[in-house]
Amino acid sequence: MLTYITRRVLYSIPVIFVASFLLFAFVRATFDPTAHLRASRTAAEAIKSERKRLNLDKPTVVQYSDWLKKFVRGDWGTSERTHERVFAMIRRSLWVTTQLIFWGVLVSALLAIAMGVYSAVRQYSALDYTLTGLSFVALAMPPFWFGLIAIQFLSADLKNVFHLQEPLFYSIGLHKPGVTGLNVDYLRHLALPVMTLTVQIVAGWGRYQRAAMLDVMSADYVRTARAKGVPRRRVIFKHALRNALIPLVTVMALDIGVLFGGLIITETIFSIPGMGRLFFDSLLRGDATVLVSWTVVTALFIVLFNLLADVAYGWLDPRIRFS
Amino acid sequence: MSAGDEFRHRTSEEDGLFLGGEPVGVDVAVEQGVGPVELIPDAIADVELAHTAEPVPRTQWQLFRRRFFRHRMAVISGVVLVGLYVACFSAKWWVPFDPNKQNLLLGPVSPRASHWFGTDELGRDQFARIVYAGQISLKIGLAVALISTVVGAVLGAIAGFFGKVTDQFLMRITDLFLVVPAIAILAIALRRFGHSDTTIILVLAGLFWMYIARIVRGQVLSIKEKEFVEAARAAGGSAPRIIGRHIIPNVVGPIVVNATLAVATAIITESTLSFLGFGVQPPRTSWGNMLSTAEGYVGTSNAYLLYFPGLAILLTVLAVNFLGDGLRDAFDPQGGRQ
Amino acid sequence: MTFDDDPTSLQPVESAISPNGSRSLSFDPGAPLLEVEHLSVEFPSDDGPVHAVDDVSFTVAANEVLGIVGESGSGKTVTSMAILGLLPKRARVRGAVRFRGVDLIGRKEKEMQAIRGARIAMIFQDALASLNPVFKVGDQIGEAISVHRKLPDRAVRDRVVELLDLVGIPQPRQRADQYPHEYSGGMRQRAMIAMSIANDPDILIADEPTTALDVTIQAQVLEVLERIQERTDSSILLITHDLGVVAGVADRVMVMYAGRQAELGSVDEIFYDSRHPYTLGLLASLPRLDRGGARSQRLHRIKGQPPSLIFVPPGCPFHPRCPAAEVPGRCNTERPAFREIGADHRSACHFAEDLDREQLLAPEPATS
Repeated sequence: MLTYITRRVLYSIPVIFVASFLLFAFVRATFDPTAHLRASRTAAEAIKSERKRLNLDKPTVVQYSDWLKKFVRGDWGTSERTHERVFAMIRRSLWVTTQLIFWGVLVSALLAIAMGVYSAVRQYSALDYTLTGLSFVALAMPPFWFGLIAIQFLSADLKNVFHLQEPLFYSIGLHKPGVTGLNVDYLRHLALPVMTLTVQIVAGWGRYQRAAMLDVMSADYVRTARAKGVPRRRVIFKHALRNALIPLVTVMALDIGVLFGGLIITETIFSIPGMGRLFFDSLLRGDATVLVSWTVVTALFIVLFNLLADVAYGWLDPRIRFS
Repeated sequence: MSAGDEFRHRTSEEDGLFLGGEPVGVDVAVEQGVGPVELIPDAIADVELAHTAEPVPRTQWQLFRRRFFRHRMAVISGVVLVGLYVACFSAKWWVPFDPNKQNLLLGPVSPRASHWFGTDELGRDQFARIVYAGQISLKIGLAVALISTVVGAVLGAIAGFFGKVTDQFLMRITDLFLVVPAIAILAIALRRFGHSDTTIILVLAGLFWMYIARIVRGQVLSIKEKEFVEAARAAGGSAPRIIGRHIIPNVVGPIVVNATLAVATAIITESTLSFLGFGVQPPRTSWGNMLSTAEGYVGTSNAYLLYFPGLAILLTVLAVNFLGDGLRDAFDPQGGRQ
Repeated sequence: MTFDDDPTSLQPVESAISPNGSRSLSFDPGAPLLEVEHLSVEFPSDDGPVHAVDDVSFTVAANEVLGIVGESGSGKTVTSMAILGLLPKRARVRGAVRFRGVDLIGRKEKEMQAIRGARIAMIFQDALASLNPVFKVGDQIGEAISVHRKLPDRAVRDRVVELLDLVGIPQPRQRADQYPHEYSGGMRQRAMIAMSIANDPDILIADEPTTALDVTIQAQVLEVLERIQERTDSSILLITHDLGVVAGVADRVMVMYAGRQAELGSVDEIFYDSRHPYTLGLLASLPRLDRGGARSQRLHRIKGQPPSLIFVPPGCPFHPRCPAAEVPGRCNTERPAFREIGADHRSACHFAEDLDREQLLAPEPATS
């Protein structure tokens, strides 16, 4: 297991850096980070000094290797856009995104498992059909559209209908300015983005879990459990669910890894200053220093959660653990 | 599978793109298995019903048709899709309004008999705009699916069948794209290459072909190991003959199904990119950038501008997904279950 | 195999069965152990109902081994599932399955739970698939005990080790903590047997218990079954496609074909005085060393395929494959009754009394 993990990590490192180099070269070829200086009166000089500061006159490979040398030493450079330390920016954004992912995944996982169990136990019931139908709809919706609709219905309309001073659910940020911590304000801000995220995730996971449960329920060992006289509830929750969770946990781990760089839409709609938002803002300004560090960090998360998926699989399935 | 929220539907549909992820494919087959699946059923049923298959010979095509038409939703969806394409591309003969004709005196009005979907700030008829925008969205969806399928199927088959260099190359490239969220790649690429329809199609196809290639490669690799192909090879069958007689008939199903689903993925992805400002640019309209414009009206009395373009996407994608599921079942009732 | 003689280990547990007392059924100890009467099972399918079991009746007496023999698709597994009430909901079950006088068909799930594993237990064919891969073998056996009896964990544990020892698993204490995939095929099947006898059931249904195993392991597993039966006084329903397996173990044999009974009799009657062409065909297809010149003769095989259970041939379902069939005639028009032809010997052949056994048993002459 350990050698396997080591091999996977060693293999993914060059992949990450090749990918980040291509991205870096691409961004440099596409954007001129000095474009915003052109309008100023002392443009020529400002541009010149900025080009010098960013090493723009050197070949891209050299620029990248300079960046890489500093990056591995912990110096991630400064943003070309905000002149802030990139490390601090990413750390801050990552924390925000992690909160979103945590709540979204928690709610989604619980719902998906409940859906899977229910549908497997009451297959072809009215609610089973409804849930399956809803997940089809959720998978067919553009994710940003659901977010906008949610804001319209649950924030704006709700406020107007009940003549509230403030909306019940906010649609901007994770806190009111000046407020911090785990409190009602946080929940009122969190509700809609987490819901938007959950709808996207749970449709896939729920359908997946339903299929896994149905598959497991027809397994021979479930029949054995019933033939032993094990009560139905226990057959479902112990014998079947324990097995059906193995593939779900794997898929969850894989999906979560992608979310760290994948919440661009949700964070944009709800003005949440997370990783997706950071990417979006940096891209609009061609902020290569941020983008390239961002890529490495999100790629690391994808690789990390891929590994976690493998580890979880081995942990949940004794057949893997021992062989 | 690598794009995060905006690609979620692909994640849970087919591919197994992730290093070591072998996820779905199972689900649809199980969900739509013929009889109710209760506790214990198939184990016995398999044994005991093994001999019950009616010995009447049926051709593959007859079986396919029979299974497909049993899927009422898939058949309806097929009809809806054809209807959508015909309606959008024949718009100039039947839609009474010019989608770009402004009527500033009218301004924004909510849906009513004269303007079914209302009008926007400039007094432009939203129904006409949606039908015309559909031309772009549907065109992009279809073109991306066709191009990525052809490229992906050919390269995937080459990689799977001839292995070695092509295979290594394909796998390395896909690995590269796996570690960066796809939406980020697409946004940067569109920023670089521009926003014409052709560019958008090529950029999306440039990413999507890998999904199909991975699937086809996997199929070819597994079929190559199957006994009947070994037998054909042992009997002296040439490579083209084996490909033509044995491989192609077996990969046609997954290719067609995934091509269908790619239409849906492409339409959603285009709308997402347009919403972010990287896709179709005004004054050209797609459903995605209509929504992007409508975002400004969220929370106002003009929120109806938000509903119809989204519903258009929803209807189209839903129909494509149902069609894809029906096709998947029709090609292979056992699905990914081995 | 270690069978240390400890008569206390397998005391009847009648009193301890079924903690949910009020729901448990009241059995009549004087009534026959198991009576199956006119049992029919149909599954709906796209092409019409599948007649998996069609009007099957038999009894199992206490301490008896009844072999049920037939090809796959003959209805033997479905019959056993119907007894335990484990058929899918879509199955249409008619007839009666009386255990100690109480009909089990259509019973509530709760009532059946108290019987399954406690009074009637089952051993399945594919032990690897039938054991839950994520739980330790010992825990799975322990669960069979603890769902029926409230015992301290320690006692359950001791009982599990004792059971594993009883079925001949070496180092039972260590083995109890292993997972099914760490067992060999034969050991898994023994673990299944240990699980099934955990509560000293009255009836043990063994569904092809040896089919997936090597020949040597088959013999060992059968030996374990026999010993268990001797020690515990349970009756065994031994389901198999292999007449050879039944020969050494069973007291009586029931032969099934296409969901129906073909013949039922004592093991001697079936092997030496069979009155059904299908049974005779099966017997003739057994490899035998006691007939001289085996090399020059080919093994007999029954021509053709078993019929579809949706479109069962009219009359006798075996007539298209039967060498003694009178076609056209009664065989393809009139369904033969499953009738008494001797003391406790029944056959579903119109010509049961007049069969030319020697000819039907004769091996085919070598063709070359």
